[in-house]
Amino acid sequence: MNTLNLAGRFSLDFSTSGVMARGEIVLGCLAPHPPHVVYAENPEQNEPFSEGGWEALRWGYNMLARKLKDIEYDCIVVLTPHWQTYIGNHFLGLERFQNISVDPIFPNLFRFHHDIEVDVELSEAMQKSAEDAGIVSMMMRNPNFRVDYGTIVSCHMLNPEWDKPIVTISSNRSTHYYSDEVMNEQASALGLAVSKAIEESGRKVVLVASHSLSHRHFVTEAPLPEDMSREHIYNHSQYVWDMKVIEMMREGKMEEVIGILPEMIEQTMAEAEGGGLTWMMSAMGMPDYPAEIYGYQSVIGTGNAIAAWDPNPSSRTIVL
Amino acid sequence: MSDSPDIRLGLYVPPHPHPLLAPEQNDGWGRLRKAFDTCKERIEESGADLILIYSTTWPSIIGHQIQAHPNPVFTHVDDDFHFLGSMDYEFKMDSEFAECFRGFCEERGLHARTVSYDGFPIDTGSVVALKLLNPENKIPACIVSSNVYSNRAEQIVLGKSARDAISKLGRKVAVVVVASLSNRMFTEHIDPSEDRIHSAKDDEWNRKILEFFEDGRLEDISQLSRDIHGQIRVSKVVAYKPAWWMASAMGQHNNYDGEVLAYEALHGAGGAVIQLTPSTGGVGDKEFDEDDVEFYQGDRSVLGKGAI
Repeated sequence: MNTLNLAGRFSLDFSTSGVMARGEIVLGCLAPHPPHVVYAENPEQNEPFSEGGWEALRWGYNMLARKLKDIEYDCIVVLTPHWQTYIGNHFLGLERFQNISVDPIFPNLFRFHHDIEVDVELSEAMQKSAEDAGIVSMMMRNPNFRVDYGTIVSCHMLNPEWDKPIVTISSNRSTHYYSDEVMNEQASALGLAVSKAIEESGRKVVLVASHSLSHRHFVTEAPLPEDMSREHIYNHSQYVWDMKVIEMMREGKMEEVIGILPEMIEQTMAEAEGGGLTWMMSAMGMPDYPAEIYGYQSVIGTGNAIAAWDPNPSSRTIVL
Repeated sequence: MSDSPDIRLGLYVPPHPHPLLAPEQNDGWGRLRKAFDTCKERIEESGADLILIYSTTWPSIIGHQIQAHPNPVFTHVDDDFHFLGSMDYEFKMDSEFAECFRGFCEERGLHARTVSYDGFPIDTGSVVALKLLNPENKIPACIVSSNVYSNRAEQIVLGKSARDAISKLGRKVAVVVVASLSNRMFTEHIDPSEDRIHSAKDDEWNRKILEFFEDGRLEDISQLSRDIHGQIRVSKVVAYKPAWWMASAMGQHNNYDGEVLAYEALHGAGGAVIQLTPSTGGVGDKEFDEDDVEFYQGDRSVLGKGAI
């Protein structure tokens, strides 16, 4: 504290000694990205029009989006399996991406005009942290790059106002190249690196693992995609796996969930193969508290759960 | 409908963007580029009025998707190799053929649909192939996806559906398959000058497959697809499908003049530019026990039989 400034006047000039508050992860979300849920919401950014559908998921998303409104945070960091990279993990490295995203699988449902702001400083810090940890990684700085629809769907459903910057991290396909076990190891290491960068950044961050649970699709589509009389899980074994994992999430057994994930991926083609859940749980220190479950529903046969891990016991609730 | 579809030639080309965006960075990438350039001339000389592409980098889930937009325009950037640059494109598609192809797919029991949307993300492999093989859009094109769940029966029937459409419309066709041979890339950054095939095993298998291609033994390669998948293909999808489709679309035989115009590494993967020209001669000493398929019957519901 200085008591005498250059003008000779008495003043109180408090400094913070250059130490910023530690950043933290304020929420982790399992946020599946079937484009159907955005299609069903009919936001103005999406070209196709629907008559609704998939309410169990959409209403769950709406509840979680309301919770996020009451949480103070600076940025959403999402790991998506629809930006697939074989050379390590890549990070978005430009401040803004404006484009139209057309789903390559469901172009009839999702043609979404977006204007995405990226927290480049945090993205660079996370990439640097990953590199320092020996993880192959790089920044993506091509201005014509199209942000994947997984990022867009999850982020839109969690924050339809798009009033927070995001960072997208690509999914390294180590499951394909090596094994589910290697994926678990590598995604865990990435989670630790990201967590370290967030702490040092001073940011309050929401993490998003953008994927479903079981992931076997029907290969045909109803004439009216939102015809809910046609929607059901692909087969019962997938449902049983999904329910088992959700039960373990409720019980706060995330270390065990990550441990059996290779088995689940093998049995259900689970989209967690992209590393999202493992990455997020590792970054959050393998939560041993109950997850908040917001919804579960099948979309074109796949099993989709919306769940959140709230590190703050005072705001953690039982939702469903 | 004419009895025999008029297929002028077949090409097997790699999907990676290096020959398009960075041929000067590696001698091998440059040789692949020259091979693409040669194939461009040969397509034009062949009199083909349709380039029909099967791309392994266009995955689909809802059956088989067929590009039908008459004039797709966009700028594409590869997920991994974005640092090599952007790929502006404007293509000319044969919408009539796309619709006809879809119709024959459905007649043969396949679920198929055309896509025609502004901004639809045409895949890296198709963009690379069309920009290098048909840079001035002299010849209309059509692209068909690779369904992630499909296996041999569907691919064979998909190829036959293409032949039906070619015959029905009387098109003169250059068949193009976009696929790697071995598809394991390095999982770290490499200096372009240090590119090589990922492993000796991949290289050995690639060279064996190339011998088959040079001998015109496309049907034999098709019959070896399961072995090839197990030996040198990263398990991204259930099977190595491009040879099934290519062989089926071109007629399920070994009667071709084969020419390997280039074989090089692309970040570790095996990239080859190969031409097959239908001929009267044929080679081969194999008999096969996998049944030929005319119509796709769908899943056999083995699990639903309740035998356990």
